[in-house]
Amino acid sequence: MTTPDKAPASPRVPVTLRVNGSDHHLLVEPRHTLLDTLREDLRLTGTKKVCDMGNCGACTVHQDGHSVYSCLTLAVEANGSEVRTVEGLADAGELDPVQEAFIRADAFQCGFCTPGQLMSLRALLDARPDPTDEEIAKAVTGNLCRCGAYHNIMKAGRLAAEIQAERRATGNGPTAGMEAAE
Amino acid sequence: MTATMDISLDEDGKLQLEEHEGVGAWPKDRRFTSVGQGAHRLEGLEKVTGKAQYTYDVRLPGQLEARVLRSPHPHARILSIDTSAAEALPGVHAVLHHGNTEPIEWYNGSFVFDPTLRMVGDEVAAVAADSGDIAEDAIRLIRVEYEVLPHVTYFEDALRPDAPHVREGGNLTDEPTVYDRGDADAALQRAHVVVDRKFTTQCAIHNSLEPHGSTASWDGDDLTLWSSTQSVFTIREQVAEALGTSEHRVRVIKHHMGGGFGAKQVAWKNDVIAPLLAKRTGRPVQLMLDREAESLAAGNRPATWQHVRFGADRDGKLVAVWADIHIDAGAYQVGGEASNVSGMYQSLYKCDNVHTEARNIYTNTGPAVAFRAPGHVEAAWAIEQTMDELARKLGLDPVEFRRRNYSEVDQLEGKPYSLPEGLSLSYDKVTEAFGWNTEGRERGAGSKRRGLGFAAHDWIAGSGSPPAYAWAKLNPDGGLDIITGTQDIGTGTRTGLGQIGAEELGIDLADVSVQLGDTALGPYSPVSSGSSTLASIGPAVRGAVNDVREQLLRLAATKMEVAADRLTIADGRISVADGGGESLSIAEVMADVAPANLMGKGVRGPNPDDVAIRTFGAQCVEVEVDTDTGEVTVLRVATAHDIGRIVNPTLVDSQIWGGITQGVGFALHEERVVDDRLGRILNANLEEYHVPTIVDIPEMTHAHVGVPDTRANITGAKGVGEPPLIPTAPAIANAIYDAVGIRVENAPISRQRMLTLLREQTTTTNGNGVTA
Repeated sequence: MTTPDKAPASPRVPVTLRVNGSDHHLLVEPRHTLLDTLREDLRLTGTKKVCDMGNCGACTVHQDGHSVYSCLTLAVEANGSEVRTVEGLADAGELDPVQEAFIRADAFQCGFCTPGQLMSLRALLDARPDPTDEEIAKAVTGNLCRCGAYHNIMKAGRLAAEIQAERRATGNGPTAGMEAAE
Repeated sequence: MTATMDISLDEDGKLQLEEHEGVGAWPKDRRFTSVGQGAHRLEGLEKVTGKAQYTYDVRLPGQLEARVLRSPHPHARILSIDTSAAEALPGVHAVLHHGNTEPIEWYNGSFVFDPTLRMVGDEVAAVAADSGDIAEDAIRLIRVEYEVLPHVTYFEDALRPDAPHVREGGNLTDEPTVYDRGDADAALQRAHVVVDRKFTTQCAIHNSLEPHGSTASWDGDDLTLWSSTQSVFTIREQVAEALGTSEHRVRVIKHHMGGGFGAKQVAWKNDVIAPLLAKRTGRPVQLMLDREAESLAAGNRPATWQHVRFGADRDGKLVAVWADIHIDAGAYQVGGEASNVSGMYQSLYKCDNVHTEARNIYTNTGPAVAFRAPGHVEAAWAIEQTMDELARKLGLDPVEFRRRNYSEVDQLEGKPYSLPEGLSLSYDKVTEAFGWNTEGRERGAGSKRRGLGFAAHDWIAGSGSPPAYAWAKLNPDGGLDIITGTQDIGTGTRTGLGQIGAEELGIDLADVSVQLGDTALGPYSPVSSGSSTLASIGPAVRGAVNDVREQLLRLAATKMEVAADRLTIADGRISVADGGGESLSIAEVMADVAPANLMGKGVRGPNPDDVAIRTFGAQCVEVEVDTDTGEVTVLRVATAHDIGRIVNPTLVDSQIWGGITQGVGFALHEERVVDDRLGRILNANLEEYHVPTIVDIPEMTHAHVGVPDTRANITGAKGVGEPPLIPTAPAIANAIYDAVGIRVENAPISRQRMLTLLREQTTTTNGNGVTA
């Protein structure tokens, strides 16, 4: 939320978002992106702004279960939808399999692309619990990593599927997917 | 080698590093418990949960957002500027430009807000507003009248007599840098074989995902500045000077950074403009560059032109190395690590006759700055292809040819290398791991041709150097805090330093925390550049923890009634080294001093002056060239580097995979494209500037050299950040030659360029080219 001591430049419209399980009623400018809404209004800075034009994938979040570029989504377009960000991945402190896999496979260096990578892979594993290497690569091919952690991101994708399968088999922890945030 | 020293000045004002008796190198037979383990990153949890706070993520009460109006012209003078409409816009709090600020000197002979603009992207004005959207609206309302001046876009044109001058005094930044050893020209006359070629390398953009940027907040005269930087102390010094305040009034913080790769080792204008806006408005201000500005005005790897003449005798001895080098400096010299293109010509191979001549040339484009192995990546492209061609002319295996020209001595200073066999071991390890064999292998069929390539490198800075400091606090419960003023730029510095501390004290890494990235809380550490951080700070951390360890053992000795030198620490317990069952936990001994801490201080000792410390390495590459499409696929890469002791093999591998990946991008598709007439970058975004994606990476193998460099420093470790990138592009080019017989002189090897060369080859060989 900005703290304007002068009136904002253009009229604002009401938007309701359910983000990581909490409802938010906001007034936003029609041009305001979902990315800026998350980062500026809700202070959820885990989702990153890099290109702000749909080139890099760093701003990837889930909208109603599908991964989207939040920089190419207007907040008003997301009105009424369920949004999940990297802050909503872990369930009561227990890491999502993709998060655990990223740590164990050392799938990041600077970590700035990581939230987007995680959300892309989470969406993949929701749809394809046992993905092929090709499917893993395709899921994150729009997520740029300048440190070049791709080699380990591939490993993390495979490992996340294993961890998820193990947890499901033993009935431990979140079964992953949107239900974990609800 | 010692761990502690004092700094003083001699009567000539020269820095003196006085050594004290301290901790020596770890013994060869030591059983390591923490160092050498592939520990996970200490900040891993923060980074996967989105909690890691980057400069871009700082959110302070009342914080304003800033945007910058940038020059649309490559060379112009501001005749007038009208900000009234911008200032009248609701939500705008301040507009700064050269007309309403004191001139602050910046770069070489220019100002933060300079009425003369020397490149597209130069800062004209800055706005602070309630939101980024409003600030952008305001930027569009600023009216500027420019006098457009003649400009020069390409460094190839900048030395022509009629070329416009980027600044007074012409387009050479300095006198040419000339180096001579022996007589290269005469040696070329006598040489049995000579290669004479002109190579070029392209301008590459760092494109760190987190842009350059700062968040500034004043509390009276005290400034807190979060900056996306590789050197909090450098920023503090430069910003204090620019603002005319004392360094102790400026606190610079960098917890996490979204990539730097060399471009963030000096203060940039955002580090001054954000505090100026914050001062003017009385509010915290965040100024992050946008993606376009990152390409325009935040540094690049300079384009080079290298005319190379190497000669060898019949026996495969290199008799002459000659190079004439031009480097595109851009519009300014921004400082930081030098892009020394000449260096590797002078040092990598044994040669008695060397001539290098280098010119840095101004153009009206974005300024060059260090980019991961600055100078070496550019030089390797030319040197290593030339070596490959010489080997072929001599009928020698390229590795064998390099072995015949091996130097165990730094030929510039005449000192032996700290690990003279470092490069030779790299050759051994990498060729073995790769299965290097130039005879009778699979060469592909039809339009898909396969080839193998080899390239080597040296690197000057991975040894680290003083001064650097660390503190250690041992807590009553046996846990250890390590505090330094260095920064983790994404390489894993926290973790590596934590492992060194855990190793030195004899405790688990889980009982160690590492604090860094804050000038107010940590002691001085140098810039994180040159792959030097671990080798600079690691010894200081060892020294600090050893200081604590000695104090702890004296306490334990009293308690246990034995001599301190008979005691040892392992797994957090103190026991008598040579027998006796009695042992105490660290906490039990610390109970006597609780709630106080034991405090240790460590200082990076001087480097030895009788040896030269370098990082060597070599790479083997296999590529496939599609002669129908010009597409080059890098199939596999093996690499070996003389990086000393490996503190954390997992993190070292990550650096290596990342370096090779960037090398593939540099070799095949990264290139800043500037329009000559407009002076504008045509691909200042991540759609048209092609950084590698996950589908571009080859199969990669890291062959460990595995020899600690105990002369380098008391950890035996040397840096690995930059080396893996250096040989990748020329190794790929050499593999392409092996596959299709084409020498690619100009980087990058884009599909278009490759296809053109393939067509030329088919034409000149009268239809009997490689596709036959």
